[in-house]
Amino acid sequence: MTAIVTVLLGSLIDMSKPGHYIHWGFLQISLSNLIVVCLMVVTFVAAIAIPYKRKARNRS
Amino acid sequence: MSIRDRSVAPTTPILEEDAAMWTAKIRRSLVSTLPPERLIPDRQPSYLSSWIYMFGALTLAALSIIVVTGVLLSLEGPTWWHLSSVGLFVNSLHLWSVELFFFFMVVHLWGKFFMAAWRGNRALTWMTGVITLLASVGAALTGYVSQTNFDSQWIATQAKDGLNSVGVGAFFNVLNFGQMLMWHIILLPLAVIAITVLHVLLVRKHGIVPPIELTEANQGGEA
Amino acid sequence: MSKQRNYNPDRDVSPWRGGYRPYDIAKELTVCFVVVAVLTIGLAITFGSPDDKAITIKQWSSADQVDFATTAISELDGTSGTATYGAPYNHVDGAGQKIGPIALQQWVGVHHPVDPARDFVLGPLSTTPQSPALDSALTRFQGASPSDQAAWEAAYEKAIPHAKVINGKLIVPPGPYGPVQVLMAHLTAMATTGALDTSIVQGSGFYGTDYTKSLLFIGDSGYLANQGADHHLSGDQWGMMNDTGSYPGQPWLWLYTLWYQVPPFTTSWGDNADAIVWALMMLLTLGLLLIPFIPGLRSIPRWTRVYRLIWRDHYRS
Repeated sequence: MTAIVTVLLGSLIDMSKPGHYIHWGFLQISLSNLIVVCLMVVTFVAAIAIPYKRKARNRS
Repeated sequence: MSIRDRSVAPTTPILEEDAAMWTAKIRRSLVSTLPPERLIPDRQPSYLSSWIYMFGALTLAALSIIVVTGVLLSLEGPTWWHLSSVGLFVNSLHLWSVELFFFFMVVHLWGKFFMAAWRGNRALTWMTGVITLLASVGAALTGYVSQTNFDSQWIATQAKDGLNSVGVGAFFNVLNFGQMLMWHIILLPLAVIAITVLHVLLVRKHGIVPPIELTEANQGGEA
Repeated sequence: MSKQRNYNPDRDVSPWRGGYRPYDIAKELTVCFVVVAVLTIGLAITFGSPDDKAITIKQWSSADQVDFATTAISELDGTSGTATYGAPYNHVDGAGQKIGPIALQQWVGVHHPVDPARDFVLGPLSTTPQSPALDSALTRFQGASPSDQAAWEAAYEKAIPHAKVINGKLIVPPGPYGPVQVLMAHLTAMATTGALDTSIVQGSGFYGTDYTKSLLFIGDSGYLANQGADHHLSGDQWGMMNDTGSYPGQPWLWLYTLWYQVPPFTTSWGDNADAIVWALMMLLTLGLLLIPFIPGLRSIPRWTRVYRLIWRDHYRS
């Protein structure tokens, strides 16, 4: 039980290892940052594209 | 409180001369700007029909978790998280709530930009949003240099050059841990929260911006 | 008397006269809070947070004695980054960045006085338990003429790249260093025991929360610079956006750090790059703040028509 709690309080994935970096000309970005930025763009596009349906209300 | 409780005086000014009181004037002004049903509405315009409208609330939610986790870290002091696994976990919560805060805030900004949400006398709403973003970047920087680890040493020694080059570093010394910690846990949270409250009250006052009107010009091919 | 302004679709909007629907704001905020709390907890459990231990002067001087001695002699002879920095740490003619004729860094003046020779070398040495050798070296050095001091320092500085560490001791080739070699040897000994960490921070008494001096000293080292480069945090590595390990950092700083990668910020403007980048970013930030008032910029939403997607339900109804 203590072992489980210790793992949960630490991290499941070891992020302390050096990251991967993507180079494109003079541009450089870490893979983690690229993932975050892509997620932001995808989230924005999804937020405006996915239909927003409200429950039909019978009350006026 | 029963209507029969006479320990609290009636609040509405009855006499004409009482209406000139500062208190009465302030109250009338506040209530007319933000009557209760506008301050805490239970109706929204029918054009609000997109998930993008959630991102302001998501940003506020992330901010509240930042504050809660920050309070937990304050309980035990700035070096607790190096020594305790519970402290490390609370620090992780604080870090990821900040990442989510910026994530949601930027998506919210993009949404509001593409809605041209400053229209209809809402320029101040846009501006308070941008100022909140700037204050948040400052809060994040002071947080980074308060970590008391290698990252804070690195960021402080690098950031000082930019700040010193324009004279700001003389007053805002990123190498001074004591100063940076106090900016991070008191001054900047107060600023962020105050400007955010103003931002939200402005949204309540003016309402959510109506859609851009379709005209012949922007319905067809040409702008 | 006021004239009604012409309607401008990028600035104005007609008040809404259409319908409303019920909306539970309290429930929405609660749901958002729960969702974000769950996300936060999930991310914290999965990824944790970085905590690379702080570098100490003890660690630095033990790991790289040559670099420590190189940095220490440059502090003593006034050629280090800190010694030649200028405001807000010290007065140095011509030092400080400018934007054209605007020299804000210099104009603000010295607010955190640092004298590297005194604060990093001679001061700590005079607080350490005196040995006869150190005592006499300090007396000799502080009583010597500036030209003698400069000659000893220059000779030592020239020799230090050829120094070696043998059996944990820094061996410098023999030379005309006067008392400087003894001073450096004692400073290194102080550093490797950890006494220098404490001495520099607590220069003013018992409690210390201001690490300006220790950070400036460590900041002058090659050791810190190498650690930064190893973690991919250096300026020319877009380091401002990064964090240690594989953690996401601060991608929102992309535009700030981008300028440091391109000419003329890397070339002819290099000496004043920080100030110029700051001025540029302040201008762009002002632009962001004032979008509602800037024709053209405030028309982009209408031109790009993303709003057609956002409000498609409204336009259909």
